[in-house]
Amino acid sequence: MKVRYFAWMKRTVGVPEEDVEPPAAVRTVGDLVTWLRARSPGHAEALAEGAAFGAAVDKRTATFDVVLADAREVAFFPPFTGG
Amino acid sequence: MAVRVQEADFDVGAELDRLTTGNRRIGGLAVFVGLVREMHVREDYHKDRVDALTLEHYPGMTEKALEEIEAEANRRWPLEATLIVHRHGRMDPGERIVLVAVGSPHREAAFAACEFLVDWLKTKAPFWKLEETPAGEKWIGAHTGDDQAAARWEKKS
Repeated sequence: MKVRYFAWMKRTVGVPEEDVEPPAAVRTVGDLVTWLRARSPGHAEALAEGAAFGAAVDKRTATFDVVLADAREVAFFPPFTGG
Repeated sequence: MAVRVQEADFDVGAELDRLTTGNRRIGGLAVFVGLVREMHVREDYHKDRVDALTLEHYPGMTEKALEEIEAEANRRWPLEATLIVHRHGRMDPGERIVLVAVGSPHREAAFAACEFLVDWLKTKAPFWKLEETPAGEKWIGAHTGDDQAAARWEKKS
């Protein structure tokens, strides 16, 4: 699946997007966050516990308990500041 | 009903003409235009000069989110016309960022729905503001006032 990062998270992680193949045990958005943290210090910082960020699965806002199933794209981003 | 996300500026007069032409049931049109401010007053009341603003968004998700917000406004109020135009990319102070226009037979629904749309798009559409200031680039954090404004419209279930 493709994982994308936006705004400052892109800089902290070091890449705007990456293709990853998490193991079957990674079932939910929350599982994916935990698994991604181990990829690099940048990932660990951007996705740290208590950090304010949200997620989307296939371009729909998703809470951490959402099951990934056949998700093609998961995105992580800071709170929105448009308008 | 229409939603557009674009880099280019928009012509408010032309947009409103297009929105209302041919619909004589509209008795009131409420319009909000958001502009790039030259000063950002932070929550600690410290002021920063803003030299330019860059709006990043999530193509594909942004349009979906705006369409959902627009559909929600149409469920809540009797509206005849709605339009959201939101820009992305780099903008100078004074430039237009966003246009929200709502037409209804009566002004009450138009005013309320317009305010609702602005409040919700600030907290539910994937845009992020990067300011260029004399001290360097700064990503803007979410404003708690915006969350409170958006929360006013949450339905109690």
